[in-house]
Amino acid sequence: MKATSDERAAAAGAAHALAARLAALETRDTLRFAMCGSVDDGKSTLLGRLLAEAGMIPDDRLAQMVRDSKTHGTQGGRPDYSLLLDGLEAEREQGITIDVAWRYFGTDKRAFIVADCPGHAQYTRNMASGASNAELGIVLVDARAGVQTQTRRHTAILAMFGVRRVLFAVNKLDLIDYNHARYHAIEQECIKLAQDLGVDAADAIPVSAINADNLVAHSPKTPWYTGKPLLEYLETVQVERKVDEAFALSVQWVNRPNHDFRGYAGTITGGRVAPGNEVVVLPSGRLSRIARVIGGDRDLESAEAGQAVTLTLTDQIDVARGDVIADPALPPDVAAQFACHLLWLDDAALLPGRRYLMKLATRVLGAQVTEIKHRIDPDTQAHLAATRLVANEIGYCNLSLDAEVAFRPYQQDRRLGSFILVDRESNATVGCGTLDFGLRRDSNVHWQQLDVDRVSRARIKGQAPRCLWFTGLSGAGKSTIANLVERRLLADGFHTILLDGDNVRHGLNRDLGFTDSDRVENIRRVAEVSKLMMDAGLIVLVSFISPFRAERRMARDLIGESGFMEVFVDAPLAICETRDVKGLYAKARAGKIANFTGIGSPYEAPESPEIHLHSDRESAAESAARVVKVLID
Amino acid sequence: MRILRETVAACKKPVLLYSIGKDSSVLLHLLLKAFHPARPPLPMLHVNTTWKFREMIEFRDRVARETGVKLIEHINQDGVKQGTDPVNDASKHTYVMKTLALRQALAQHGFDAAIGGARRDEDPARAKERVFSLRGAGQSWEPRKQRPEPWGLFNTRLAQDETLRVFPLSDWTELDVWLYIRREGIEVVPLYFAKQRQTFVRNGALLVRDDERVPLEPGEKLVPKTVRFRTLGCWPLTAAVESDAADLDGIIAEMLDTRQSERAGRVIDRDPADSMERKKREGYF
Ligand SMILES: Nc1nc2c(ncn2[C@@H]2O[C@H](COP(=O)(O)OP(=O)(O)O)[C@@H](O)[C@H]2O)c(=O)[nH]1
Repeated sequence: MKATSDERAAAAGAAHALAARLAALETRDTLRFAMCGSVDDGKSTLLGRLLAEAGMIPDDRLAQMVRDSKTHGTQGGRPDYSLLLDGLEAEREQGITIDVAWRYFGTDKRAFIVADCPGHAQYTRNMASGASNAELGIVLVDARAGVQTQTRRHTAILAMFGVRRVLFAVNKLDLIDYNHARYHAIEQECIKLAQDLGVDAADAIPVSAINADNLVAHSPKTPWYTGKPLLEYLETVQVERKVDEAFALSVQWVNRPNHDFRGYAGTITGGRVAPGNEVVVLPSGRLSRIARVIGGDRDLESAEAGQAVTLTLTDQIDVARGDVIADPALPPDVAAQFACHLLWLDDAALLPGRRYLMKLATRVLGAQVTEIKHRIDPDTQAHLAATRLVANEIGYCNLSLDAEVAFRPYQQDRRLGSFILVDRESNATVGCGTLDFGLRRDSNVHWQQLDVDRVSRARIKGQAPRCLWFTGLSGAGKSTIANLVERRLLADGFHTILLDGDNVRHGLNRDLGFTDSDRVENIRRVAEVSKLMMDAGLIVLVSFISPFRAERRMARDLIGESGFMEVFVDAPLAICETRDVKGLYAKARAGKIANFTGIGSPYEAPESPEIHLHSDRESAAESAARVVKVLID
Repeated sequence: MRILRETVAACKKPVLLYSIGKDSSVLLHLLLKAFHPARPPLPMLHVNTTWKFREMIEFRDRVARETGVKLIEHINQDGVKQGTDPVNDASKHTYVMKTLALRQALAQHGFDAAIGGARRDEDPARAKERVFSLRGAGQSWEPRKQRPEPWGLFNTRLAQDETLRVFPLSDWTELDVWLYIRREGIEVVPLYFAKQRQTFVRNGALLVRDDERVPLEPGEKLVPKTVRFRTLGCWPLTAAVESDAADLDGIIAEMLDTRQSERAGRVIDRDPADSMERKKREGYF
């Protein structure tokens, strides 16, 4: 059958409409927002309802929600829209949401990526992931309660993570009978709060998630509200997209398919780049020029922030993963010490002086917090004194890295100004933070240039400086063997010094106790002293239980791989306990010494010590002879 | 591309999990772009359940030939010996031929990072998945050990026996995938496009018979219908939808006013809504 002209016209019209829609979809932008609220403010209900009302939830999922509402809904069998969002079994069973959930929806005008941040006790940790990439924050407020401590906390964290615009969704308006005066008071309070916390722009919307008031259409129950319904607000809100104007790219991968091509792949963090532009490579400071900008499989005339590209340079210079290629007119700063905000994520506390790995853009290197300046009270933003940070606490700290890196302050550039800290033993991500400014300590406290150095001092002694680090349980034989080794060395004409744990604690370290942070400081001082002694050209013998791998690693890092020899004096706990030279095991067993290594506190055996002695199988003299042999060879 | 590059730069032995579907096609396309002019420095792995549509296998072999990316095919031979049956015991078939098979293949080759095309919008159970998802010994997934990823700063450090699953398309939606395929002119398996095919109905699902292994039951008969697929898997487990969408614009138009979720077409997902999480714990993704 032939199509009638009406049918043909309809088909052409449909094709036309589709083409227009596709064009709209191709050019629409994406808004990332974080959604926060305390437990029971109605966040899940609001989001679920918004998606459903906007026609974003497929029929089969809506039907399932209606079915599930009968069995585990909270609405007495009526549709419970919060069920549209619940995912994990564990969470359903406990009836709580435990982690940031990512939601996606869109209209023809905009696509939305929602970080749905749970509001319970772990909120800070969870909000960090959500707020870090958000351009807008939505804070739920229960109309019955108004601004609460949690409201303040959520807004403060959004502000700290650089979210410049906040929308307060004042929910459960049905429960205050859509009272304008009450809403108005809450609105004023919210806007003032946002201003106090330094948020650039703040708005409020009166809603009822349960009744879908002001979600996609104006509610007849709030004739006094003249602003936009929530969905339209989201479609049209202008957010400041903070990207740095000056070009920078952090090198992710060096692309070398053959000898003729050497490209630097990465994502542009700021500005724009084109062939011919002059660039500087940081931290080395070498200058060059862009030869090609490659996007995918073609050459581009230019590329801008956000694009993943591959650059080639006109000169053969050394560029590695983690380096930053930048505009030499406005280059990022270079520093190895920083003032930063740090949010602690791990259940084990942050201890100043402990060594972690830091990842900043694509660079990974050793880092330690040298000082906690203060902790920030989440409710009042007051500065509190602190010696450690536990999970969910935020501190203002000094951070020291093993080498210089290129960076920008976080408020200027989120990508080059943010970092995570990783634990070297557990590999967990234990902290995250934002860089404020570089400390020029390195350049202010100049290293005194010394004419006579370690090598020349050691040469006249006819030896190479070394640090022999004896570790093992109390009673394993560390001190006995270290003593024997020193006597042998002295007899052979070597210059030595022996640092014994107990003795050092009577003098240099007598202000330190046995808390975790004191232990770290204890080891740090001993390692620093050992290093000075090595500079004096000596062979240093350290006899310390040093039960934790992380501590010994810190000593190794401070002293330097080449001079450090870990000597593991190994004997089973049972044998050490029968030896019990100082009567300490008996006391520990009797409960008189807390945290005694081997009894109340673990000993982490070295994984690959330079020397491994078995003091239960060989005599102290045999062990000592082995150490001397390894040292002299 | 940033995520793909990060995986290759930071992991020792990564692999692309290639499922032949549209998401895999997009991933492969991104991979070729991310490493151009070099060839992507990793192979792709296809876990073959032996029940894939023939058109999928042809497509896979041609893509491997044309791109020059090394293809590793893994079939769980124990499963083949036991003889699993997707028709009568779908969950067991999926577990043995897909979940177990994938674990075998990853362990056998010692891959420490497997890149997959899963997206967070597919299912509420995936909404909290990380981009770099940590798997413990035996490739188990422990919700508590997952690492926060602020600013997209991914921690890729692994202990012995730990591996990563990497999902570069986490933040994409099904619509994003199709729009990207259209914009970049990426080729996908023709089964996604409507065409007249021989169909029959079993347990309420509209199936397209791809080979003779499944005999028709009394009362069932083959009917030619114009159908297409929204997702691709084992043919007896993948329901077709009646559709006229014969090209990309048609598919997108259909999706814009469709009222069914993508997974409605997967026969194995008809169990309780929690099943995704359980499968994930077992290592399905
Ligand atoms: N009366 C009323 N109750 C609401 C409204 N929004 C949510 N609730 C109820 O508040 C409770 C908590 O909602 P839920 O969405 O689970 O809160 P969440 O913890 O913030 O995700 C539920 O019992 C909801 O039914 C509203 O607008 N009006």
